[in-house]
Amino acid sequence: MIPGISITEILTLSTILFFIGIYGFITRTNLISILISVELILNASVINFVMINKYLYPDILQGVLYALFIIAVAAAETALAVAIIFNLYKQTSSVEVKETETMKF
Amino acid sequence: MEKIIFYALALIMVGSAIASVSSRKMLRSVIYLLFVLIGVAGLYFMADYNFLAAIQLTVYAGGIIVLIIFSVLLVHHIDMELEVVKKSKRVLAALTCLAGLAVFLTTIYSHPFAAAQTAVTTTTADIGMKLLSYGEGGFILPFEVISVLLLAAMIGAIAIAKGGKVGDGGRVVKEHIEHTTPAKADKAEKITVYPLEKEPAVAEPETALLEETTN
Repeated sequence: MIPGISITEILTLSTILFFIGIYGFITRTNLISILISVELILNASVINFVMINKYLYPDILQGVLYALFIIAVAAAETALAVAIIFNLYKQTSSVEVKETETMKF
Repeated sequence: MEKIIFYALALIMVGSAIASVSSRKMLRSVIYLLFVLIGVAGLYFMADYNFLAAIQLTVYAGGIIVLIIFSVLLVHHIDMELEVVKKSKRVLAALTCLAGLAVFLTTIYSHPFAAAQTAVTTTTADIGMKLLSYGEGGFILPFEVISVLLLAAMIGAIAIAKGGKVGDGGRVVKEHIEHTTPAKADKAEKITVYPLEKEPAVAEPETALLEETTN
């Protein structure tokens, strides 16, 4: 545990970050902005995993290892999303959500 | 002392996150995301998970942010501003998020957390042993699966970004070959306009020089 800070404060912080990410996910109309919002959401969930491990079960390491796996999956997801955005930009010359209404070409 | 650092970090993270989802300049939004990620790494340092904080800094702040900046610079004009959605839609989304936030916070604050009072320092060797152990609660199988996933993601990203035969890149190459075939002479002319224009510009000083020498 971190001295002087309770677990509820940290969970409050991660919840606020999570809902800011959801707000961006809903209101943004640009694919790269949506990717940024998804990164925010993933980071908030990773904070939850790590801090619950630290405060409630300090003797085991499951939360830390899950955090490592989430970071690896997030890296793979970002690489694939950027590749898809490039391919889409080559075809439609735009990365706006409303231009990407067709998957066939 | 820890309280002050934590609240400073929390303030920076929440402010940067709000700026990141509401900024109209694309590149600034990415840099605000970088601040949030560094703040998360600071939280891990405070919780004494040094290895995880290092991973967060290298993979997120070093890798993913650079990847997103590359995609922004390749796809966007640097001074282009993002379009914003209608104000009513933004207000509705904010209200929905606030409602969800209220539900989550009431759940969190009504739950009695039995926080352990011990502080255990985990070393990198512990994480490595746990990650590669095949005994009870070992993580060797997810570790191998994640390596296969990363390989598949790498190959897939290359294959998708390259375009391939079916993509628009392939079509462009085909059209280019059609243009330059001598069977369609009028289209071939259009393409060769550029080198023809350039040649006289290069040749001009030579002719001028020739004229001078003849004079």
